Order: sequence, then C-alpha cells, then structure tokens
Amino acid sequence: MKSLEELQKIKERALQRRKLAGEGARARIIVAMGTTGIAAGARDTMAAILKELEKRGITDVVVTQTGSAGMSTYEPVVQVQVGDGELVTYGNVDAARAATLIEKHVLGGEVVAEWQVK
Amino acid sequence: MTIFRDLSQHILDIAENGVKAGATLLHITIEENFAADTLRIVVQDNGSGMNAETLAKVEDPWFTTRTTRNVGLGIPFFKQAAEMCGGSFRITSEPGVGTITEATFQHSHIDRPPLGDLAGTLLCMIVGFVGVDVLYEHRVDGRTFTLDTREIRAVLGDDVPFSDPDVLAFLNESLHDGQVLLQGETN
Repeated sequence: MKSLEELQKIKERALQRRKLAGEGARARIIVAMGTTGIAAGARDTMAAILKELEKRGITDVVVTQTGSAGMSTYEPVVQVQVGDGELVTYGNVDAARAATLIEKHVLGGEVVAEWQVK
Repeated sequence: MTIFRDLSQHILDIAENGVKAGATLLHITIEENFAADTLRIVVQDNGSGMNAETLAKVEDPWFTTRTTRNVGLGIPFFKQAAEMCGGSFRITSEPGVGTITEATFQHSHIDRPPLGDLAGTLLCMIVGFVGVDVLYEHRVDGRTFTLDTREIRAVLGDDVPFSDPDVLAFLNESLHDGQVLLQGETN
C-alpha cells in the first residue's frame, strides 16, 4: 500500500476543498449489484462511474450499491438523484452510458429520458 | 455454464451476500501458487452467518433466502466454476460469526476464468458498501500485497469519503503498485 503519510496530505486537501464547497451532496448514484446485475456488467458500470468522479474531480456525489433492482431485463440498473429531485431509474447502463449520465444528469441536471425505465 | 466472465465478479457476488448478511468486514484472500498450479480464493465475512440447515441448501441453485429474488444464486455458479477447473469449493458458516467461502482452481486449467478487473472490483466494494471495511490480501508465490481499508479509514476520519477523487486515485495507485509487486521482477 502507498504511504499513509501521503494519505494524510490527501485528507487535508480534501477537507479544505470540502470547506470551500460547502456542506451536502450534489447528487447520489445507486448501482444495482445483485447476481444478475453483476452478470449484466454492473461492476464495469460502477467502475466507470468511479473513474468519471476521479477524472472530473467530483467531490460531492455519493455512490452506493444495492442488491437486485428486481428489474432483471433492464440490468445494469442505475438510479440517479440530484439534490432533493426525483430518483430516476435508468436501464441497460453500460460504462459508456454511465459516463454520459454523469455529464448530463449529475452535472447538467438534465434527465436522459430515453434511457429511463419506469 | 456460468453467468460471470471473470473471477472478480464471483468475488463481488459472494461479498454482496456477506454485506446483505450485515457484515462490517470482508476479508478477501487470493493465493496463486505456480509451483502447485493452484489459485485459491477465500471470501470471509463477519455477517450473521447461516445455520446448518441453510448452509446445506445454499449450494443448490434453486435456493434463495428470499422467494422472489436471486440472493445467493451466485454460490452454485462459483462452486461449478471451481469444480469444472480441477478445483474444489467449500462454504462454512456459523450463526453470529460469519461465513467463509473458499474456491480453489487449477491455475493453468484451460477453462479457468481470468481474475478480471480485480482493482475495479475492489473499488466497487470499498466505495459502494457503506460502512463495510475490506481487507484484501493477495499472494503470488512468495510475494504478498495487502490493502486494509481500516487503516485508510483511520486516517481519513468521517469527513472524507472513499469516493473523494483524490482518495480514489490513491486507492487506484495502491492497487496498481500491488499488481506490479505481485508480478515480480522477472515479468
């Protein structure tokens, strides 16, 4: 593992940045990671989401995973909620779609209706 | 037949079961021994565990703890994958203590799935399982790499999440350094 002193510096920088950005999360993202979700590629979807957060330096998005979404035909399933807005469920979210959802919905605030499942 | 392309997906699926059972620590061990031609994967959780009756059913593909969903469905697939590759599978559990799932493969077996995106899979667990720590130990012949999120959490405290971009970069680099270390100097 890399050095914990290095991590201490990262922590101090992150805390400073968080102080400037203010409290609260901009958005939350939930990836359905049950057996069928993983088989459909949910792990690669989530890895792509984390890669986008890292690449774009996004600090205020909470990413969690949940079990099966009970929507096996649409997996990988990802839910996005910006602020107190509607929790939007998206289907067939591969890595490329995940990157687009970060850009359009999480950062742009615009629901991508064509990938939405209801 | 299997539903997963790589062994990391199996590990994630087994870990998911542990988290559903209330685990706060996932201990993932991977041992590659080229001399013995074995690849051993152990996923140990400190969740609620299973009694003997449930444990006996869990390797049955038609069994699930919920009636309408697929919890535990991945276990028979993991067992099948190991047994198809000249290996073995064992799951032991104790109520109140946790569950240990262990799969061994013939490393060189032609049908053995690759480990796959292990770093990406570990990141999914570390970030996605809220409040769950991951102890990852990977041994290749004599070399060992360990990553323990309890140590990282102790430094970060409560105010900086694992999903912070700089923390993600730190984790990615650590896991990458680990892979380089495990490959050894001769490769």
